[in-house]
Amino acid sequence: MANERFTRDHEWIRAEDGVGTVGISAHAQLQLGDIVYVELPEVGRRAKKGEAVAVVESVKAASDVYAPVAGEVLEVNAGLADKPALVNEDAEGRGWFLKIRIADAAELDQLMDRAQYEAFVKQATS
Amino acid sequence: MTLSATSAPSTPEASLQHTPLYELHVSLGAKMVPFASYAMPVQYPAGILREHLHTRDKAGLFDVSHMGQAFLVGPDHPTTAAALETLVPADILALKPGQQRYTQLLTDDGGIIDDLMVTRSAAHEDDGTLLLVVNAARKEVDWAHVAGRLPDDVRLQPAPERALLALQGPAAAPVLAKLSDVAAGLRFMTAASGKVGGIDCHVSRSGYTGEDGFEISLAAGAAEKLARLLLDQEGVAPIGLGARDSLRLEAGLCLYGHDIDETTSSIEAGLAWSIQKRRRTEGGFPGFERIRRELADGPARRRIGIRPEGRAPAREGTEVLSMLGERIGVVTSGGFGPSVNGPVAMGYVAAGYAEAGTPVNLMVRGKALAASVVPLPFVSHRYAGVRPGGSDPMLKPA
Repeated sequence: MANERFTRDHEWIRAEDGVGTVGISAHAQLQLGDIVYVELPEVGRRAKKGEAVAVVESVKAASDVYAPVAGEVLEVNAGLADKPALVNEDAEGRGWFLKIRIADAAELDQLMDRAQYEAFVKQATS
Repeated sequence: MTLSATSAPSTPEASLQHTPLYELHVSLGAKMVPFASYAMPVQYPAGILREHLHTRDKAGLFDVSHMGQAFLVGPDHPTTAAALETLVPADILALKPGQQRYTQLLTDDGGIIDDLMVTRSAAHEDDGTLLLVVNAARKEVDWAHVAGRLPDDVRLQPAPERALLALQGPAAAPVLAKLSDVAAGLRFMTAASGKVGGIDCHVSRSGYTGEDGFEISLAAGAAEKLARLLLDQEGVAPIGLGARDSLRLEAGLCLYGHDIDETTSSIEAGLAWSIQKRRRTEGGFPGFERIRRELADGPARRRIGIRPEGRAPAREGTEVLSMLGERIGVVTSGGFGPSVNGPVAMGYVAAGYAEAGTPVNLMVRGKALAASVVPLPFVSHRYAGVRPGGSDPMLKPA
């Protein structure tokens, strides 16, 4: 079963067999509003944990998306080029951003699980 | 990613002012944000895209009560008009009763202190009264500037007790016609007083979206009642500041503090159309030397529309480069245009690059993105009584 984790910066990562699928949380897309553009990294790029690897733009503003863990970008979601609104429709599913080969699985343990993330969001918005 | 919407606002919430519609916005589920020291709705649950498209398709109701309203009161129209003409470059004297004009308060150097709407009262008993509407963030500056430069027989009366609603879009006129007999007689850039849904209002046919529409000034205490009445009408939806910004950007209209400020002149900003012939000849307003020189010789830089070729928006502050890589200007407003269905921007470039069709590059996150200089507006204006392609009173090149 995939190991699902969240960052304090509202990215999610779902790790399976050393590969993590990364996106932004449903809460984050709701806060951003209508997403009109997503800039994705080149396949093969190596990113450190916390490094900006993508940009998500709403009507109003651009926001960086950070790598939840270090790794190499294996694939990006080509569907977002034509339909960035996929992130609004299904942020934690079809609206995924990229897949990375996880350099150090131990970094996942430093992230929140879903229950911890939901509590974090609740606290941040109350 | 960083969520600006959930981070602490720069102004503490407790110190933010509320418009008379604050409770209504909250009850409608608006996301409230600090804007010009007010808590204002940036969007409602429908979201900026849908709100924008709804306004172009039907009618949007905007709360613009944060804007500054004031009466300039003198003994007769020529006296009041002459007093204001010492501060702005528009022909105020020529305003007929009920006529409205867009103009700018200018510095001695021809920079723009603020842009504003000036309306001559339609009522005979109020002859000698002009209604001024200025930007929220500038009202203290504007009022001090104006009040300190008036003759003894003309006085400025700010009207913080008044609210301002805007009803914009193709359904605005039919909706208002059901509630009032004021609207039908108004052409674009004219105004009259009358009742809307039984409430005393001052209604002008104007706006900030490029669409036909109205701005309705009324007592703050009656604002929520009128807003609810308008929202009850078929086709009317509440619209936040987010869509207001994308609508005005597509319409090629300037946002103070971004596209115009004290460093930009009216001519650089492409606002020469707002300076009527008599004023260009006679002068008598601050910055006349610069305006006259720039009208004669052309300004060093010009405000232009920019259309990025790809899908990536170019935001305010983005550098504009020539094809040779020289820095030729900067984006002053930029984002996604929902009606254009793509990125749109405006900004200033050196005059030699201002012609429509000129290819430029935009530096976005360290990469050069191909773009072109294009004519403004991005979306044609649809003002009442103005033919498509005809003389547009809100957008004419010098």
